[in-house]
Amino acid sequence: MKAVVFLEDHEGELVKGSLGVLSKAASLEGDVAAVVAGSGVREIAGQAGRYGAARVYAADDPALAAPLPQPRVDVLAKLLGDQGFDTVLFGASVLSADVAAGLAARLGAGLNWDLVDLQLRDGELVGTRPALQDSVYAEVGWNGEPRLALVRSGTFEPVETGGEAEVEELAVELEDFSTKAVMVERAHAESEGPSIEEADVIVAGGRGLGEPEKFALLEELAKALGGAVAATRAVVDAGWYPYATQVGQTGKTVAPKLYVACGISGAIQHKVGMQGSGTIVAINKDPNAPIFEYADVGVVGDLHQIVPKLTELVKERRG
Amino acid sequence: MKLAVCVKEVPETSARTRIDPGTLRLDRSGPAALNPFDAHALEEALRIKERTGDGEVVAIMMAPARGAESLRKALAIGADRAVHVTDEALAGSDLVATARALAKAVEREQPDLVLLGQQGGDSDGAVLWSALADLLRLPVVSQAASLELADGKATVKRQTEYGYDVIEAPLPAVVAVSDAINEPRYPSLKGIMGAKKKPFDTVDAAGLGLAADEVGESGARTEVRSLADPPSRGDSVRIEDDGSAAEKVVEYLAERKLL
Repeated sequence: MKAVVFLEDHEGELVKGSLGVLSKAASLEGDVAAVVAGSGVREIAGQAGRYGAARVYAADDPALAAPLPQPRVDVLAKLLGDQGFDTVLFGASVLSADVAAGLAARLGAGLNWDLVDLQLRDGELVGTRPALQDSVYAEVGWNGEPRLALVRSGTFEPVETGGEAEVEELAVELEDFSTKAVMVERAHAESEGPSIEEADVIVAGGRGLGEPEKFALLEELAKALGGAVAATRAVVDAGWYPYATQVGQTGKTVAPKLYVACGISGAIQHKVGMQGSGTIVAINKDPNAPIFEYADVGVVGDLHQIVPKLTELVKERRG
Repeated sequence: MKLAVCVKEVPETSARTRIDPGTLRLDRSGPAALNPFDAHALEEALRIKERTGDGEVVAIMMAPARGAESLRKALAIGADRAVHVTDEALAGSDLVATARALAKAVEREQPDLVLLGQQGGDSDGAVLWSALADLLRLPVVSQAASLELADGKATVKRQTEYGYDVIEAPLPAVVAVSDAINEPRYPSLKGIMGAKKKPFDTVDAAGLGLAADEVGESGARTEVRSLADPPSRGDSVRIEDDGSAAEKVVEYLAERKLL
């Protein structure tokens, strides 16, 4: 395997998820390089050596300042053309998913996504891909090279092995259409709102609440349980609850002792942010909601009836 | 303004879906529906058309012959025209093979804006737009929580791992919308009746100028090799609420000293 791992950077640091994929790649047999594309990234590129990259390619250009996918596809396509990697690995994120798919189209290459494991068997790369709400695990492969893989977020932890990487700068040449999308306002970490990462108990709400005012029900239950309130991406995007409370792939990753999911269908993007919770209780009126596949207690019913009762009973019991 | 909406058909959410152990593909023989995530893309197209007062909404679907029924639903909801890309030779297409077929179908339309939903309800795939945009050589913005069109530009607010970005792209462009961008409408009786009279175009791979080795199984570069059970996650309890669910949950939590 001659692999290159796409590393994301954010505010002067290499992103943990992509370093985790690099560590995993380095644990497999073969040559592993990394590539980072951004503005002012040359200085941090070398850090990838600590996670097992022998060589890091750095595309450092002001045109790459905004975290947009298309210029990065250009950088990777050129790198692949020049260096002949047979494998390109990505850690899933909003940016990396778009880069991976754009690159697949550019090269006519195979992309397997949402992988939770990668193995090499006699030089052949094999991925594990949960399907149908994780109810079945498919073993997936590639026919032809390069092989592109997008790893589910939070799957592999970065492991520092203490190596040194040689940094090589890449010339950046961009396609005309790749620079048409421009970022006019960049996300800044929103510090407003409660912190949910430290809570032992989280009561989370999704679309099934029906309207933003119904978060009051969850706040009361959370107060009775001594916990915090969290939300799904759908309701945060809709402006029902602050972004700081969002659990899931583009939000926080939490692992409380108790997670009570109310009106949350439980798509994979949500699951990856809370699957490490000790006990998961799900209340949903749809008996086919994916969340029941991984809840410890699944309650099929109307949360508007059940949650207030639950609050009363918890209050009674806790005095 | 011409708006193309790429839609797909997925098994109905209430249907017990499975992967056919013989073909290792999703068994699509059960009841099917328009991908719920795509309804948000269609809704956004209809709102743009309604806001600007003119325009045409074309729904494009790549699916086996039976997908026509779901595509008609897009017409019933409000699309003006449908393009059904269907061919036995497309079966087994992976991401890039699918993107190739859709790119050809979109190219024929020359739309100002191409809209997609945020994921396939069956595959959980959330990458198609980027592959499509690369083949079309158009700018792409994904995860749109809001979308505004003015002065020949699309302005998109999107959520990433760090909060909200605002991105501008000149038209024509490809935009994938989040499922929070709007509340999709349901088809009206009038819409359902009217759908039968709307233009419905069916096109095969050759009609799109696709070579046999570009699409379907022969064009695919990924494959499913085998299936296995997921790791066991221990026992779980299912409660159908008959008025006593809250008591049962509290009992469960108390037994495990979680209260």
